[in-house]
Amino acid sequence: MKRQSPAAALVGSLAEAWAEVRIHKTRVLLSLIGVAVAVAAITSVAGLGGIAEQAVRESSERSGGRPAMLSVFVSPGRPGGVINGPAMGNAFDTVTERYKITYHSSVLGGSREVQFGTGAAPVYTTAVDVDYQVMHRVAVSQGSWFVQSDERRLAPALVVNDVFWQRIGSPDLRTHPTVSLLGPHPVSAVVIGISGQTFGTDQPAMYMLPSGFAATSTSASSPEEQQAQFEAWVPPSVAKDLEPLIKRDMVAAAGSGAMVQIQRNDYLAFGGDQLGPIKIVVGGIAGLVLFLGALSLVNISLVTVRQRIREIGIRRSFGATAGRVFFAVMMESVVATLVAGAVGVAVSIAIVENPWVQGKISQGNTIDLPPFPIEAAILGLVCAMAVGVLAGLLPAVAAVRFKVIDAIRY
Amino acid sequence: MSLLRLEAVTRSVELPDEEVLEILKGVDLDVAVGDHVSIVGRSGSGKSTLLNLLGLLDKPTSGSIYFDDRLTSDFSANERDRARGAEIGFIFQQFNLLSGRTALENVMTPMLYATGRAFWNRKRLAAEMLERVGLGRRLDSIPEKLSGGEQQRVAIARALVRGPRLILADEPTGALDIETGASVMELLDDVAESSGAALITITHDVNVAARARRHYRLDRGVLSSVEAQRVLEFAERQSASRAAA
Repeated sequence: MKRQSPAAALVGSLAEAWAEVRIHKTRVLLSLIGVAVAVAAITSVAGLGGIAEQAVRESSERSGGRPAMLSVFVSPGRPGGVINGPAMGNAFDTVTERYKITYHSSVLGGSREVQFGTGAAPVYTTAVDVDYQVMHRVAVSQGSWFVQSDERRLAPALVVNDVFWQRIGSPDLRTHPTVSLLGPHPVSAVVIGISGQTFGTDQPAMYMLPSGFAATSTSASSPEEQQAQFEAWVPPSVAKDLEPLIKRDMVAAAGSGAMVQIQRNDYLAFGGDQLGPIKIVVGGIAGLVLFLGALSLVNISLVTVRQRIREIGIRRSFGATAGRVFFAVMMESVVATLVAGAVGVAVSIAIVENPWVQGKISQGNTIDLPPFPIEAAILGLVCAMAVGVLAGLLPAVAAVRFKVIDAIRY
Repeated sequence: MSLLRLEAVTRSVELPDEEVLEILKGVDLDVAVGDHVSIVGRSGSGKSTLLNLLGLLDKPTSGSIYFDDRLTSDFSANERDRARGAEIGFIFQQFNLLSGRTALENVMTPMLYATGRAFWNRKRLAAEMLERVGLGRRLDSIPEKLSGGEQQRVAIARALVRGPRLILADEPTGALDIETGASVMELLDDVAESSGAALITITHDVNVAARARRHYRLDRGVLSSVEAQRVLEFAERQSASRAAA
């Protein structure tokens, strides 16, 4: 007797399975709700986990910089010593050229006296280069970040925080609002952008380019300004090798009196999965739901197989081998759970891609919202298939153990 | 040429009290291609057990069954299943159609286990077979919407769609009224004859049995040949008494 080809056997089994699912759709639907919910939960955990992870990552990158971020500190080796800032800046530029570092910035902190309508007040100021925005994912909610040509402005450009902006009366940035930076030589500065989330403070704060920062320096400037700090964004794979080289070159440029420190500040340098515990808890709950769904599916499948003894007997009388019956019953379960899995994944996509949900998870802090992860969809479908196989196994064994004669007479 | 041959076949079962019940005793039967055989017997005579052995659904306790001159005890389980699917068509008393599935889907069912073109063209072949039994307009009707006679026609189409060489009909008219039963039997005879398949009808109705060319009687597990003339006379008497009633 000719054996059926594998392709025909597979297509035939799928056709049988699909017919069974189609004809008993109400029963199948009811039994699969649990599976669909569980798959939606598991897939959503993976999908939302990706967004939450990205939000945490971006938040970490805002404060510590993107991996790998090398911070170089140059300070006087003795109290009262002075660092030649411009010379160190030139030295750092040479270093970045030598090691082909594309993104780099000097980072200086200090206070500048700003004239507000309510009076003058000190404002914490960070002086950074243009690249800093990319290196720290600085989000600009209105206006724009610095460009290279801003270095040549006579009125320094400012990117301020919301508090600062509100303090000057929330002007339209298209009107090029200006503020006075007080000191021995007061300077007018132009507000070009607002970065709402950057400073995380309820006090006014602002960014400036180093040229403008230096131009507004006073004798009362903070001790922070007595040291130089630079950052370089390098590939994580070469960060460890670059550290001693950069330090060596900067020590050579700073001279024996200065102290040079170099360290990584990005979140990867500290290791650990910050979302690990949350993922485990939610994943565990989803796994439990999936297990319960599978249990109810096994229960219903076993009852259904008992109801279908005669049908199985009839199929055997028309040439269905025991293996084929086993496979068909198994495929019914797999086809059904895959359909449920697809529904679960679709529900999950609707949840994960919902702007409201994304906003809640990312806390509005995420610039690069990740697309729905394909791995999550695959995970959901694989879980559904695994449940289908496990839930189909017992009924399939039961179906094969019936005697054909008894089955037909049942 | 012998298609199916039984030699000294017995079938017994062990009862719960460890007593052995012999259902079939030394059955000999030889069925050739194109043959039409009827087996008549009362309830409990062993008809169903014999049908299961003829259909390779069961194995004898002793004796030999040959299919195409091959000893069936040498067949593996899968070979028996495949032989049954390819060579034997079953027609049951209760039709045994798959509920919820259309007539077309029911007739397509055996083709799911077929090979080659028969498998891939199963829909067309099933539709042609239903057309042949006069149900070309009921392809999409489910069994619950068909009359008894129509259901048995679907069952006949399903039994014959793979072109079996042996058709086993178990009380094919048992669930039908006399007129419908007669027309179904006429159809079955025609289709079996035109396809060249051997037809074995197991029945307790002598009118159905009378349509066969060779006749057997099964009584308490013993199969014996019956002259055609005796069956015809008995059938006529039964028809007359039915008419009088």
